[in-house]
Amino acid sequence: MNIPIEEIKKELESRLPDVKLRLIGNSLLIENADDLPRVALFLKESPKFLLDYLSSVTGADYLTFLESVYHFYSMAKKHGPVTLRVRVTSHHPKIPSLAPVYRSAELQEREAYDTFGIIYEGHPDLRRLFMWEEFQGYPLRKDYEQEDAEVLEVSDIAWLEARGIKIPAEMKEKAKALYAAGQRAVAHKPEKPRP
Amino acid sequence: MTNIAETKNTDAGQTLEVNFGPQHPSTHGVFRMTVQLEGEKIRGLKPVFGYLHRNHEQIAENLPYAAIMPYTDRLDYVNALSNNFGYALTIEKLAAIEVPERAEYIRVIMAELARIVNHVAVIGFMLNDLGAFFTPLLYAFRERERILDLFEEVTGSRLMNNYFRFGGVKRDLTGQNLAAIRKIVSRFPAFLKEFEALLTKNEILCMRCQNIGILSAEAATNAGITGPVLRASGVNYDIRKVDGYSIYNRFDFKIPLGQKGDVYDRFYVRLLEIRESLKILDQALAAIPTGEIMNKKSLPMLKMPRNLKPPAGEAYGRVESPKGELGFYVVSDGTPQPWRYHVRAPSLINLTLLEEMCLGQKIADAIIILGSIDIVLGETDR
Repeated sequence: MNIPIEEIKKELESRLPDVKLRLIGNSLLIENADDLPRVALFLKESPKFLLDYLSSVTGADYLTFLESVYHFYSMAKKHGPVTLRVRVTSHHPKIPSLAPVYRSAELQEREAYDTFGIIYEGHPDLRRLFMWEEFQGYPLRKDYEQEDAEVLEVSDIAWLEARGIKIPAEMKEKAKALYAAGQRAVAHKPEKPRP
Repeated sequence: MTNIAETKNTDAGQTLEVNFGPQHPSTHGVFRMTVQLEGEKIRGLKPVFGYLHRNHEQIAENLPYAAIMPYTDRLDYVNALSNNFGYALTIEKLAAIEVPERAEYIRVIMAELARIVNHVAVIGFMLNDLGAFFTPLLYAFRERERILDLFEEVTGSRLMNNYFRFGGVKRDLTGQNLAAIRKIVSRFPAFLKEFEALLTKNEILCMRCQNIGILSAEAATNAGITGPVLRASGVNYDIRKVDGYSIYNRFDFKIPLGQKGDVYDRFYVRLLEIRESLKILDQALAAIPTGEIMNKKSLPMLKMPRNLKPPAGEAYGRVESPKGELGFYVVSDGTPQPWRYHVRAPSLINLTLLEEMCLGQKIADAIIILGSIDIVLGETDR
């Protein structure tokens, strides 16, 4: 069963008049990211919609902005999905966290933080989910450059040499040069990755 | 193996931090949790993910749509067919592809068989965690093997099936295959009877499982927990009924619900779900029509997968996988590759409340609680 998105927009506009909304396809864009918890809390508590279940939180990169997409369902009324989206710039990717309202956002927001670098403010424990803490960059952003696995880092060489493994001088020099320049070894990428 | 990381003194007494995994046999793969112990009681538990991370989403974003299908097999490798189902459903929604009647029936039959495979394996592994070492598991695997043999005959592979296509399935079920499925379905109740006689009233199983790892309905709903774990807590939510995707709304089946939401309920709900799956299979086998198994319009796309360019837009498709709600969110920009591809993995999200379920329980119970949630690391870490 589906609830028409126009109905939700109308209801939200009458109840929360200062929240700016825009219809995109079958989803609602909340223009100001800070309004998100208010809207979510309203949809969760309002007896008409009762969206008590946040199914999915997804980050996405659209080059000019980052987006966080939320799919809500209602377990009590068995309807949905209602799709909300929030957009932020990649320089200032801050979105209020929904984890205090929906626990299901907890791990999924950590995932979006890990892969897109979206900072969910107010999240109880915002750490990388899959990658290790020292990892640099956000692998699902479109401008992410794949690391060259063939090139060793200075710390790798020290680790290997401490265990008696001999490293060619050429590799050591390359590692040192990269370390001095403060750069990562980036894998060669085809000119046009997408058709 | 379990190793002692550090000890420290606090005001409350001595707490011990123990690392479980990533190589501990009871974590079903490479899952790791750091447990704070006071004596044998759990005072804190933090899951650590990522040991099987391969950035499935980025791999998929660099592939044509059809080429992602075999990668979805590797998400939940115990029942690849459910993953295929979810992904095929999403792309069919995105590109508005219709599926012929017979293919829908074949899909439902295969998906329900996969559910049975998953549930018997889970029950077996859970009893393994309890210490009933391998006896129930091998009873379960004996039946699982018959279904896997059928999968091999139909799809060409026992586990990595890669069977669904956009607009149909790869290969038709022959009369011989259907007869084999009927035989499996007809002899399954006898196995369940035997299994239940061994297990359901077993005193040790009851003592170990009842009132352990209780999860309330409100907490489960709020944490987005789905599948048998949610239904064991008494929430009536099954996507097969709610969405009625594919042709599930044509079948008559019940949704088994638990009362307490403890480990025993989760175990028993799965047993009952196998019975309901058998009911669906019975009805589907009786009603399966003859006809096409592939939509004619999407046949050329099989030969030239880069020709499939869904119109720009997005789709969120979800299915009731045996682990819970398996969702796929795909954004198309009109090119042969998806712009964004995201998997909502039930195994990952069902772990949100692991700490709450384990607090105050004994360390040995944490292992059964984890076993009763039923995770697959291929899906959790992606």
